[in-house]
Amino acid sequence: MNAPTQELIKQHLIDPEICIRCNTCEETCPVDAVTHDGNNYVVDASICNHCMDCISPCPTGSIDNWRVVARPYSLDEQFSWSDLPAQDEAIAGAGGGAAVEALEDDVSKLLEEARKGLGGKPVAPHSASKPTVNLYNRGKPAIATVTGNYRLTDATSDSDVRHIILDFSQLPFPVLEGQSIGIAVPGVDASGKPHHPRLYSVASSRDGEKRNANNLALTVKREDKGVCSNYLCDLPRGAKLEVTGPFGATFLMPDDPAANIIMICTGTGSAPFRGFTERRRRAMPDAAGRLLLFFGARRPEELPYFGPLQKVPEKLLGKYFCYSRVPNEPRVYVQDRIRAEARQIAQLLSDSNTHVYICGLKGMEGGVDEAFADACRAASLDWTSLKPAMRESGRYHVETY
Amino acid sequence: MNIVNVDYSTKIPNNVNLSEDRQVLKALEGWHPGYLDWWNDMGPEGFQDSLVYLRTAVSVDPKGWAKFDYVRMPEYRWGVLLAPQDEARKVNFGQHLGEKAWQEVPGEYRAMLRRLVVVQGDTEPASVEQQRYLGKTAPSLYDMRNLFQVNVEEGRHLWAMVYLLQKYFGRDGREEADDLLRRRSGDADSPRMLGAFNEATPDWLSFFMFTFFTDRDGKMQLESLAQSGFDPLSRTCRFMLTEEAHHMFVGETGVGRVLQRTCDAMKQAGIDDPYAIEKVRALGVIDLPTMQKKMNLHYSLSLDLFGSEVSTNAANFYNSGLKGRFQETKIDDDHRLTNDIYKVLKLVDGKIALVDEPALTALNMRLRDDYTLDCEKGVERWNKIIEKTGVKFRLELPHTAFHRQIGEFRDVDATPKGVIVSAAEWAKVKSDYLPSADDGDFISSLMEPVSEPGKFANWIAPPKMGIDNKPGDFEYVKIEAA
Repeated sequence: MNAPTQELIKQHLIDPEICIRCNTCEETCPVDAVTHDGNNYVVDASICNHCMDCISPCPTGSIDNWRVVARPYSLDEQFSWSDLPAQDEAIAGAGGGAAVEALEDDVSKLLEEARKGLGGKPVAPHSASKPTVNLYNRGKPAIATVTGNYRLTDATSDSDVRHIILDFSQLPFPVLEGQSIGIAVPGVDASGKPHHPRLYSVASSRDGEKRNANNLALTVKREDKGVCSNYLCDLPRGAKLEVTGPFGATFLMPDDPAANIIMICTGTGSAPFRGFTERRRRAMPDAAGRLLLFFGARRPEELPYFGPLQKVPEKLLGKYFCYSRVPNEPRVYVQDRIRAEARQIAQLLSDSNTHVYICGLKGMEGGVDEAFADACRAASLDWTSLKPAMRESGRYHVETY
Repeated sequence: MNIVNVDYSTKIPNNVNLSEDRQVLKALEGWHPGYLDWWNDMGPEGFQDSLVYLRTAVSVDPKGWAKFDYVRMPEYRWGVLLAPQDEARKVNFGQHLGEKAWQEVPGEYRAMLRRLVVVQGDTEPASVEQQRYLGKTAPSLYDMRNLFQVNVEEGRHLWAMVYLLQKYFGRDGREEADDLLRRRSGDADSPRMLGAFNEATPDWLSFFMFTFFTDRDGKMQLESLAQSGFDPLSRTCRFMLTEEAHHMFVGETGVGRVLQRTCDAMKQAGIDDPYAIEKVRALGVIDLPTMQKKMNLHYSLSLDLFGSEVSTNAANFYNSGLKGRFQETKIDDDHRLTNDIYKVLKLVDGKIALVDEPALTALNMRLRDDYTLDCEKGVERWNKIIEKTGVKFRLELPHTAFHRQIGEFRDVDATPKGVIVSAAEWAKVKSDYLPSADDGDFISSLMEPVSEPGKFANWIAPPKMGIDNKPGDFEYVKIEAA
């Protein structure tokens, strides 16, 4: 017999131990979900719509607490607290992760699928900036304007990868490197339902594609029969489109100049790493930490950002291009270059400042994993225990599709 | 920075359409170099080239509110930000109750309003001046960053008031705006307008007490000005309140962390008696009786900021719809107060007594009572910290009559319990209730700077969480970033 499945909710709570009762959240809340008594400020779960308006004005950080619960805590329960209750891990396990990556089920599922290769709960780097998530949703999307749409791949290549710039004008759209945005094709599909949203990683850094502009860039590959990718790739300059997000709260860049970052990607999986590299270049150009990029494509002509990447100095970014279809040359995959750099890789992996990010096609996961294991073995490191330890400390990240 | 080529329409984040308001833009352009000179002369000493991880508001809606990044303080984006306009807003109290809120200054109230704006404006740069040497003895980079955040926000509050002066008060306003940069905290010839803003802030404990007690007076004043029928003032103050909340946070958690550290150290050393002052001080932490004395001092100085208990000025401000009560619109009464009374603590025949006064003239008193309630809640949370550690000690706000320079009790000496004593008696017990020179010397002796990321001076506990969720060892200030 099927037991009825219980619906879980993510409840927004305020930490009474850290809160100073300044009333800013209550003043800010557009739907009057925040209230207080003589003891505590609390959030009414039946009213709160997760708009996140209260998060950034809070001076203490007490506002940003979430619990996955089967039954929401009542106002009276919250009034009586002097500490926050711990997360019920059994429920959290069923509800998926402590970091709230998105608040819409369809988007949550997409992110969950992309992070399967992690082999455990995703954890954000400790030094990462606080992401904003779910600012805009299907009910209340942001309107962006296309201000650029360029082909990145060589005209002779049959792969059409495009660099698309979206501008938000006066609308606040704060993103961090590594986050994604949601785009759904307008209208309905063949069966009369609205199109499902697709997620695209942001390819620019937090302060904009152009510094201090309120815009961002995407790297989009035109897929045969891909409804959303064709829609995006065909958008002319000046076109307006609906955007949701930002999404993602774990695949984020460490905000720490000492962090070494090993980035492994194929194709449009390079998007977040373009953001990472740009952030490092703008905010901490003399950082002590190393950036390494292992980038796989069939041929140089199909490698997005091939030209611009040539100009990035080695001091900022160590580049390892891997081509698998250059005529008369052996096929080289990212895992091959990782093996070739085994000594450097093992040395970095044994450093607790090192973070690994893998982004691209699901097919690359197995090979990369084995290459890491080989590199570790040669240096007497145990990858099978190192990997989960790195994941738990927010230093191993996977986003594949 | 090249002042000549500053693009003011984009340089100053604003939501008052500065780029199309040529006259005000020009006035602000004229004022800005003087402001920068003031900041460089009187702002945080020795750290103007350091990179500080600061929060900047780039717009007033919640999303544009908190942009965190490293910035050199002189390059901080001071802006003019008003809470969004509510077209339907009315005057909510006084004789104009129910009229549409004013978008321009009503002629008959011009002088009164200007006075209100100038007094509020004068406090903002004053505290920056009072705190300018503290960076050099910061107990951690975290605290140093919080100090600088408070400083740049006080600077922005000055901008907010200067905008009002220049936009709505013509030539007089421009002169007042210049005078705000001319007066100096503690200066013998040209002091700041209010007493507490001419006192020194000699050490970090004083800074935390100041942000808890004195900035809380600022919060109460801003809250009652946010009720104003003059809509631009209301909108300005509403947005300033959101920033003021950060100052409350710095004060409350600052003192809380000192208490935490003292109690932890006492427990570790097996000291149960909080009055074993020398033994506790030998641990390099600040004993609880001294904490009480510091609190007595700062609370009583801050009470003076509310002015006389009975004041016709306050009544006039209210009657004219310029300055309301704390959370006016949440109070359930006629909002005119013509026939109401309010109980005021006064000195009657040498005794402290509650006396009925017309509610209108007792408005300062009422605001001060609301202030005291707000303080009490914070003190209770401090007591919780002490209680959790198991140390037996409770902090208590002193009596209203204690150590006052302004109002009913300025000519008597009263103990923190509210017992009036003779001058001779007072001289004997004064140092039991207020920090002595020795206490000050001891606190100063602890003020050794700590600038290694993640490390804290011995006399203060680390915070429960970082700013912007940063990890414990985050480098909030890159001191040598030149």
